[in-house]
Amino acid sequence: MESYICDIVVILAAMVIALRNLSKSYETAEGRLEVLRGIDLDLGAGDCVALTGESGSGKSTLLHLVAGLDRPDAGEILIGGRDISKLDDRGRAAYRRTEVGLVFQQFNLIPSLDVAANIAFHAKLAGRHDSAWENELVERLGVGTLLTRYPEQLSSGQQQRVAIGRTLAARPGLVLADEPTGNLDEANGDAVLDLMFSLSKGTGSTLLMVTHSHRLADRLDRQIHLRSGKIT
Amino acid sequence: MTISTVAAALLSHWRRQPLQLGALMLGLALATALWSGVQAVNAEARASYARAAAALDQNGLAHLVSPGGRSIPRDAFVRLRRAGWNVSPVLEGEYRFGATRLRVIGIEPLTMPAETRTVDLANAGDLLSFISPPGTMVVSPETAEKIRGQTDLALRVSDRMPDGAAFVDIGLAERLLRRDGELTRIVIAENQRPGLEPLGTFAPALSVREPTAQSDIEHLTESFHLNLTAFGFLAFAVGLFIVYSTIGLAFEQRRPTFRTLRCLGVSLSALAVLLLAELVLFALAAGAAGVIVGYLVASLLLPGVAATLEGLYGASVPGTLSLRPEWWLSGFAIAVAGTLVSSTQSLVRLMRVPLLAAAQPQKWGRSSRTGRRFQALAAAALLGLSGALILWADGLQAGFGVLGCLLLGASLLLPAVLSGFLTLMQRASSGALIMWFWADARQQLPGLSLALMALLLALAANVGVGTMVSSFRLTFVGWLDQRLAAELYVAARNELEADRLRAWLATKVESVLPISSVDTEIRGQPMQIFGVVDDPTYRKHWPLIVGLPDVWDRVASGEGVLVNEQFWRRERLRIGDQLDLASDWKSTVVGAYSDYGNPKGQVIAGIDALTSRYPQVSRLRYGLRVQPDQVADLRSSLSDEFGLPPDNIVDQAALKEQSRRIFDRTFLVTGALNTLTLGVAALAMFLSLLTLTEMRLPQLAPVWAMGVTRRDLAILEILRTLVLWLATFTTALPLGLALAWVLLAVVNVEAFGWRVPMHIFPYEWVRLGLVALAAAVVSMLIPLRRLAGLAPSELLKVFANER
Repeated sequence: MESYICDIVVILAAMVIALRNLSKSYETAEGRLEVLRGIDLDLGAGDCVALTGESGSGKSTLLHLVAGLDRPDAGEILIGGRDISKLDDRGRAAYRRTEVGLVFQQFNLIPSLDVAANIAFHAKLAGRHDSAWENELVERLGVGTLLTRYPEQLSSGQQQRVAIGRTLAARPGLVLADEPTGNLDEANGDAVLDLMFSLSKGTGSTLLMVTHSHRLADRLDRQIHLRSGKIT
Repeated sequence: MTISTVAAALLSHWRRQPLQLGALMLGLALATALWSGVQAVNAEARASYARAAAALDQNGLAHLVSPGGRSIPRDAFVRLRRAGWNVSPVLEGEYRFGATRLRVIGIEPLTMPAETRTVDLANAGDLLSFISPPGTMVVSPETAEKIRGQTDLALRVSDRMPDGAAFVDIGLAERLLRRDGELTRIVIAENQRPGLEPLGTFAPALSVREPTAQSDIEHLTESFHLNLTAFGFLAFAVGLFIVYSTIGLAFEQRRPTFRTLRCLGVSLSALAVLLLAELVLFALAAGAAGVIVGYLVASLLLPGVAATLEGLYGASVPGTLSLRPEWWLSGFAIAVAGTLVSSTQSLVRLMRVPLLAAAQPQKWGRSSRTGRRFQALAAAALLGLSGALILWADGLQAGFGVLGCLLLGASLLLPAVLSGFLTLMQRASSGALIMWFWADARQQLPGLSLALMALLLALAANVGVGTMVSSFRLTFVGWLDQRLAAELYVAARNELEADRLRAWLATKVESVLPISSVDTEIRGQPMQIFGVVDDPTYRKHWPLIVGLPDVWDRVASGEGVLVNEQFWRRERLRIGDQLDLASDWKSTVVGAYSDYGNPKGQVIAGIDALTSRYPQVSRLRYGLRVQPDQVADLRSSLSDEFGLPPDNIVDQAALKEQSRRIFDRTFLVTGALNTLTLGVAALAMFLSLLTLTEMRLPQLAPVWAMGVTRRDLAILEILRTLVLWLATFTTALPLGLALAWVLLAVVNVEAFGWRVPMHIFPYEWVRLGLVALAAAVVSMLIPLRRLAGLAPSELLKVFANER
């Protein structure tokens, strides 16, 4: 276990995030809606940060921009000094494949693959497939008996454990989680979060988590609050 | 809450899903169109047979006929008339006017019962010209066009006459057919004087044939119409796949609406009735469109069908279509029935699913494990049944039963076969993306399976029917080479000219092969007896399928006769069987030969044996054997010497070309129906892909989020569709070959009376594969364009928590 952590710390040493004057708006039926208005934010390597705010404050949009899922209207997203907003579709896909791990509220597991294949999927795509590390994750996540099952045969808690396993198996420098416990009850949510924090800390990943819950946000190193597209 | 409010809520779904509504209407309209189009063609042909039978055969009345098909002496008629019987004589046979062969029907207009008179001779002048020499022929306008200039007889055109036949006075018929004093049948009028002595007293050798509802040609062509109906049904079923699939999805997507309506107090029965009414409304609208398109399809198909019927059975069907109320009513009925059949499962599910069950449109189409098992079991049972039918049943109906079970069984088995293949491929893969590719393809399978089943049916029908037609064509061309061995065929215009011709030819050619035949009835069937000379041409070329070693010696000596394959099979004849050819002529069957394209039975006897029984037999036509390089010279010499028109001198190449053209024309309608069925299957595929594209986002978005570009995803989508098409195509090949075998070995033998050996045509598969591939690519274009042009914001919606 120790040796893996050392490897990852080496990989992630440069994973520092800096957002500069970031803006994003969408066309809606009522006209143009400015979701993010000049966001500036710095995250250090290994930081665990909670992103809070009311519905519509722009949390998920900010997360999607940092994940390279979408492009800002203006501003820079510097990941390890490189502006990913300047990358083309292929470049951003490579960034998501190799450097980012995503955990969603809806889990978004691949329904056609069994649990084992789901966990290995992102790591294989990233070219970092490591059976020993996956086995360890499986053991720590407690999904060893579920490996041949398909997502639709799992409970919500089990699905989120598998989703976390999939993310961490790829050993990403940056873990982005969007309401990861939003679909789970409190006990299950806490158990899943404990696991995610522990594994993220262990691997030295930077964690940015969107949550509505102040209780959960209090457990992270830092909180950033968004209101009407601005950090308050 | 009024009914209209609920109906508006239900109908609002279609306003938001115009594509789905279009697919439903299109599928239903196409299914109705192809079915009702084929029915219209069948109805038109059958009506035509009935008209012809009523006009030419007077089949609404009883007849006196000779049991062995022999001629009836005129004396029998005279005796009956003298005894007071209201009867009328008919003499008929075939006569050639130049290149046109006509059925000549000689009637006696003064005694012919009024109810069967096709020829209006009420006017004294008309009657006089009809019965007075040189005589008048009453023919259809088309026939008149064909024989104009080929005869000195006066022509009178009647719209009520079917093509290919001519009414003449019986005296003229006797002269043309050289059957003086002979009758073919005697028509018995309905109105008879009371107290007459029984018919048997005056004509003990004759039997009464009661009026028949079905004419001979109708009986003969029954198998063809059954074939056409089967094809129409196949296209209908393929169209219904679209309807079934669309209705299923629409019901699943509307589940939240159903739930809300029921929570608001709409009863389950009211909801079901409204949905049923909605479906019937759609069915009627689509049915109307289908009937209109069906009429157009029928108009397009009818000339081809007419050509086929003429080529295969000699049946004449006019190439125009009339609108019949029963036809368009049946079109609406089939549209409604098809809709109800396609929606039964969805309606039953609606009635059974608990009120608060969540809708799962993403999971729509995924069959349950039990459902898959049931489907595989049903497939196995159907395939087993088709095998059992092949082994233990016979007859045309059994042949179609085999086809139906085979096609249905195979299409039900297809999802299991494809799923097995995709699982194997997934297990054999190691890369994440490749593994996902196979797993995802397997997951898409249930949603696409109906379209793939439709595709399988269309492709198998194409391979099967294509193999059947091509095998037939290959055999037919080989058979033509054997059968048309003479280099030149010549027809004299009269017996005098024929005598001169024979004398002249004796020194000009290697051999002269007379083509002389009589029409008769053997074992109750209309037959032709041909007379052949003893010539090496026959020994070397004639396409025998079975025969004694010295078969030609026996034919030449008059000891035996040959029969064609259709008569051989129909009568289950064996070598050595005795045939009554005429009242004083019995002969032994010594062999059988293939005789494709001839609906009638045929017998070949020695020319001497034939002419001794039928001294008046026509000797106008001859096949001539000459060196191929002398054909052109001989042709011009014949023309110079006898002044024969070009139609009376036909060389082998021209005759073969003409035969091939007729053959190809014969199967035009099959080709057209094949193309239509494939088109409907491609449409089913297109609509399924389009529908699935709408539901693909939740499956594709996570893969995209993990770093696979939209372009790569689009390429994988193309590959996935192509793999499924290719796997279905590969499955369709053995199924198509099995279909071809059943058509050739079972259905054709029953339908036409001949069996053609099966050949394999891989080139045609490649061609079909390319057409199918093109259809696949076209069906992918729009869904793919949608996917490739998908904005990231659309994909992001999948992950959004605050929507």
